[in-house]
Amino acid sequence: MTEKKEQLFQDKIDAGLKIEPKDWMPDKYRKHLIRQISQHAHSEIIGMQPEGNWITRAPSLRAKMVLIAKVQDEAGHGLYLYSATETLGITRSELIEQLQTGKAKYSSIFNYPTLSWADMGAIGWLVDGAAIVNQQSLRRTSYGPYSRAMIRICKEESFHQRQGYEIMSKMSNGTPEQQEMAQDSLNRWWWPALMMFGPHDSDSAHTSNAMKWKIKRGTNDDLRQLFVDRTVKQADLIGLEIPDPDLKWNPESKHYDFGEIDWEEFWEVVNGNGFCNKERINNHTNAHTEGNWVREAALAYAEKTQNGDLK
Amino acid sequence: MSEKKIPAWEVFIQPKTGASFQHAGNVHATDKEMALQNARELYTRRQEGTCIWVVKTENIVSSSPEDQASFFDPADDKVYRYPAFFKVSKKAKGL
Ligand SMILES: [Fe+2]
Ligand SMILES: [Fe+2]
Repeated sequence: MTEKKEQLFQDKIDAGLKIEPKDWMPDKYRKHLIRQISQHAHSEIIGMQPEGNWITRAPSLRAKMVLIAKVQDEAGHGLYLYSATETLGITRSELIEQLQTGKAKYSSIFNYPTLSWADMGAIGWLVDGAAIVNQQSLRRTSYGPYSRAMIRICKEESFHQRQGYEIMSKMSNGTPEQQEMAQDSLNRWWWPALMMFGPHDSDSAHTSNAMKWKIKRGTNDDLRQLFVDRTVKQADLIGLEIPDPDLKWNPESKHYDFGEIDWEEFWEVVNGNGFCNKERINNHTNAHTEGNWVREAALAYAEKTQNGDLK
Repeated sequence: MSEKKIPAWEVFIQPKTGASFQHAGNVHATDKEMALQNARELYTRRQEGTCIWVVKTENIVSSSPEDQASFFDPADDKVYRYPAFFKVSKKAKGL
């Protein structure tokens, strides 16, 4: 019986149809989705912190408004994705608990500190840029609610990358100090951005089922290559140098070859030993606990007024 | 942690005046007013709509995908509901 259901399920996937919340799905598919979508949601939410760090110190009112709007978008992305995860039968409070206890992960990139204003540029350009490559491919993921969330998110992301690139190009055309800041920022963010795509496909634990079920639509290495190819030219254009001596155009493959990622650093940060792992989770937990009375008051008010009917 | 659950609401947006409302996603909110405000903040930050409906998720009734075939079966064999079923002379205009 289950076998027949699994076959029907796979047929549907192979035919390019979407799976919807009430459809039958293998348990492993459900679990894989919960892990992947919630990790994605947590990344959007924790990802607000490194940029939130600079809102009060933005160099102009325009820059401040843009950064606030961008960070607000990221909150929205987190919420779209929590909604999508909840359709799989897990509650919002369970998800938040998994984040706060470390049972669920988020993208390691957000455990790096933001040291200068140029980092707002590098994050928008590189971190959102890498996220966009991944998210564009996920618009075609097999799970309906996840795919719809990705389509919405991709529409909003392109402004994020452009505003980052604008900051970088302004600074690299600015004073020598500003140029230096921009280059320093690229130096610090380049490799972590490449790590965002995850381990090599040959070392990735989750790739095969995820591809068979069309949860993932591109492999880690392919997506990473796409990102490198796009970004090298953008760096050239604003006179910044990508910190990789092995980076070279390969006329045969028609792609850029690039150096090996420091996987030791990658796993160190994944396993909690990055610069900001503790701070990020502490901030989240504190904000959540401090907001408790608001949620309680709102629930009490709703009860008293019967769901907002004041009369 | 407040373990009393904050309910979910489904959000429907009318993209422009006169258009049909479309499902956009959901929000969590303790009452109607908060649901509308959260929906506005979450789904219409770029003028995506002219009007929003919110309805508690628990109040939505859905047909079940397992019964899809039998549930929609009555519409299966009624080709006469489509204009192409009827043969009329090509000379007849405005039909
Ligand atoms: Fe985002
Ligand atoms: Fe973004």
